[in-house]
Amino acid sequence: MAVRERLSGNEAVAYAVKQINPDVMPAFPITPSTEIPQYVANYIANGEIDTEFIHVESEHSAMSATIGASAAGARAVTATSSCGMALMWEELYVAASNRLPIVLALVNRALSGPININADHSDSMGARDSGWIQIYAESNQEVYDNFIQAFPIAEDKRVHLPVMVCQDGFITSHGVENILLVEDDKVKQFVGEYEPEHYLLKETERMALGPYAVSNYYMETKRAQRQAMCSAREVILEVAARFEEMTGRKYSFFEEYQMEDAEYAVVIIGSAAGTCKAAVEEIRAATGKKVGLLKIRVFRPFPEEEIAKALSKVKSVAVMDRSEMFSATSGPLGAEVRAAMYQAHSTAEVVNYFYGLGGRDITVSDFKKVYDNLEMIAKTHVVTGMYEYIGLRSAQSEEV
Amino acid sequence: MEKTTYNFKEVMSKPERLAPGHRMCAGCGGTITVRTVLRALEEGDRAVIGNATGCLEVSSFMYPYTAYEDSYIHNAFENAGATLSGVETAYHVLKKKGKIKENFKFITFGGDGGTYDIGFQSLSGAMERGHDMVYVCYDNGAYMNTGTQRSSATPQYADTTTTPAGSVSSGKVQVRKDLAAIMAEHHIPYVGQSTFTSNFKDLYTKAQKAIYTPGAAFLNVMSPCPRGWGYEPSEMMTICKLAVDTCYWPVFEVIEGKWILNYEPKNKLPIEDFLKPQRRFKHLFKKGNEELIGKFQEEIDHRWEELKSRCSL
Amino acid sequence: MASDKIYDKIHEQSPWQDITEGNKIFEAATSKDFCTGEWRTATPMWAVERCKQCLLCTPVCPDSSIPVTAGKREDFDYDHCKGCGICAKVCPFGAISMREGK
Repeated sequence: MAVRERLSGNEAVAYAVKQINPDVMPAFPITPSTEIPQYVANYIANGEIDTEFIHVESEHSAMSATIGASAAGARAVTATSSCGMALMWEELYVAASNRLPIVLALVNRALSGPININADHSDSMGARDSGWIQIYAESNQEVYDNFIQAFPIAEDKRVHLPVMVCQDGFITSHGVENILLVEDDKVKQFVGEYEPEHYLLKETERMALGPYAVSNYYMETKRAQRQAMCSAREVILEVAARFEEMTGRKYSFFEEYQMEDAEYAVVIIGSAAGTCKAAVEEIRAATGKKVGLLKIRVFRPFPEEEIAKALSKVKSVAVMDRSEMFSATSGPLGAEVRAAMYQAHSTAEVVNYFYGLGGRDITVSDFKKVYDNLEMIAKTHVVTGMYEYIGLRSAQSEEV
Repeated sequence: MEKTTYNFKEVMSKPERLAPGHRMCAGCGGTITVRTVLRALEEGDRAVIGNATGCLEVSSFMYPYTAYEDSYIHNAFENAGATLSGVETAYHVLKKKGKIKENFKFITFGGDGGTYDIGFQSLSGAMERGHDMVYVCYDNGAYMNTGTQRSSATPQYADTTTTPAGSVSSGKVQVRKDLAAIMAEHHIPYVGQSTFTSNFKDLYTKAQKAIYTPGAAFLNVMSPCPRGWGYEPSEMMTICKLAVDTCYWPVFEVIEGKWILNYEPKNKLPIEDFLKPQRRFKHLFKKGNEELIGKFQEEIDHRWEELKSRCSL
Repeated sequence: MASDKIYDKIHEQSPWQDITEGNKIFEAATSKDFCTGEWRTATPMWAVERCKQCLLCTPVCPDSSIPVTAGKREDFDYDHCKGCGICAKVCPFGAISMREGK
């Protein structure tokens, strides 16, 4: 029987680490992910797992050591947030290019400056081109489930890519919620024993990794990497199916909430989806208006066709970005969802919102206003404020 | 493990662990360091070789050509210490779990740029944590891979592409960082500073001690660069001899905190003898620059006395 | 028959499907298949009769091109020797001379 518990998102991830018992975990403290290595260090200190912890002197070294451990043949994990991930930046690309199945628990937090410790997605969104698979969670349950699924996805021969398991700083990482934990033996069986084919310490082989590759090889290398990301699509779904068999909990690229008949849809990532769901319920109950929500779980690989299909019947869409990309137009999710819809010849109107930067609250009534705006846009076909802000103080009536 | 005698012919007969066909320049000191250090491995032992980005890396593993007889990992410029510490930790776990039977040693190479400068933090962390590994700096005193830019290992007054000697400049302003001493202050079990001597006993035995002393070890090896220093490639061994005999590059080791001077020239040569054959110091020999050579000599003398006093304690 | 040279398996015209995963190479010392001897502008010549087998020339070679077997050096590996001339300079017996050209 599954175990019912009350855990924070950080505790849930650490608990999954304990159940998986990876070989090596290099990590460096940073708010709000610090608790993950702390819990793991406690498990180690009490002999509950035999993971080796490396007390690295920075996040750059955390990812460097994780790469070294993974290349050597170990199952290696790490955890970080925000500027910690920014310091890893160079190494994120190396991990992916080396095709190492590393799992990183990312607790999303705003990037400096100014320094801010609260949730937004600027850390992982900035790393969206690094070649990592990115899986996002709305709740503690999801981050726990995603973390367990990350290993068989990363380690699948068709993939061999690192996976970033993301949750929102404080909101999810520190918020204590009811959670269903999978039994230890089932988790172990689900992720399986790690048996890499090639590694530095292999008895029958010498391996060299990390060459200088001239122009004649670089482009082919990147094409092969892309193939792994393409293959990840089917593997993510296969692993989700296997996970559903074990737990009854269903996962896909995204969750469609009240989308069957929806005319107005919000597309969002992370914990704010929960707030949006409440708004959907209230609007439907009070007005009967057909509002729905598409909550992205897998952002890399980007499920372009599937998103376009899920939005094919709506009249208008609000894409919610919790990070800037300073293109002076849209946010990253906005740009990619728009591109997906354009490719599918969608005629729906699209508006892009920035919300929750640096931990700014978003409420049910904020989402209600978003749906009101969607209804108006669908009628008038005039998208005022292509790039809107939620909760921003401004001396002007409209942001552009 | 430590051999008390050095049988040169036996050592030279050990299998080569750095293969030819790498693209280092003719007359490169870096690969001489690598060959000698790797030769100190016992034949039955396997090794994982790490490498910071630099001349050695881009030349010794150009896809698909690896020059290593052992497993090898290059990651980036500034993280050879951290990367190999991950490999070494993985080894301990997998060995404990019975997944690996063979004995492995862990040796990583970095140039002075990747070691003294950009990789300094990663090196310090790896040494402080006490991983059972050897970090070898092949020190050629500048960023040679990018075309001889100044590093903190560059000697004072050296003419580099970022500290060019000019009408109002005499080359690099600052003196070299003493990295071996800084590493010794990490209180690791073994630190050695060496360069090439005619039968390579000094470097070979230091490499042997570094590899086979349990825990973290650091080797700083002056590895001349004919292009960056501006001397005839064939003159390598003369340059090394002058470096040691002028006390520009003292050879010493620090074993469990005890400083040992391995060579004291009977006749300490003036620093001009080391500076003169090198193009990077050419401007010092222009009329009116005698004072600079005097300052260089003062710095050498000061450091030499300091080292001797450390070694006599 | 399949060649054991690395460049027959992976070369600059290989399609992306043939590039090894993560650019990993699963063999040791494949650099031997690349001949740096082409670079030489001067060539060391070994006068066997003058050689006392002191081996002082072997550790100074940056290109591992003076093979030693059981305490005795053999002729230069001209496939890889780049002709730097360090060996000629250190020979105490004048048994190595540098000749212009390859």
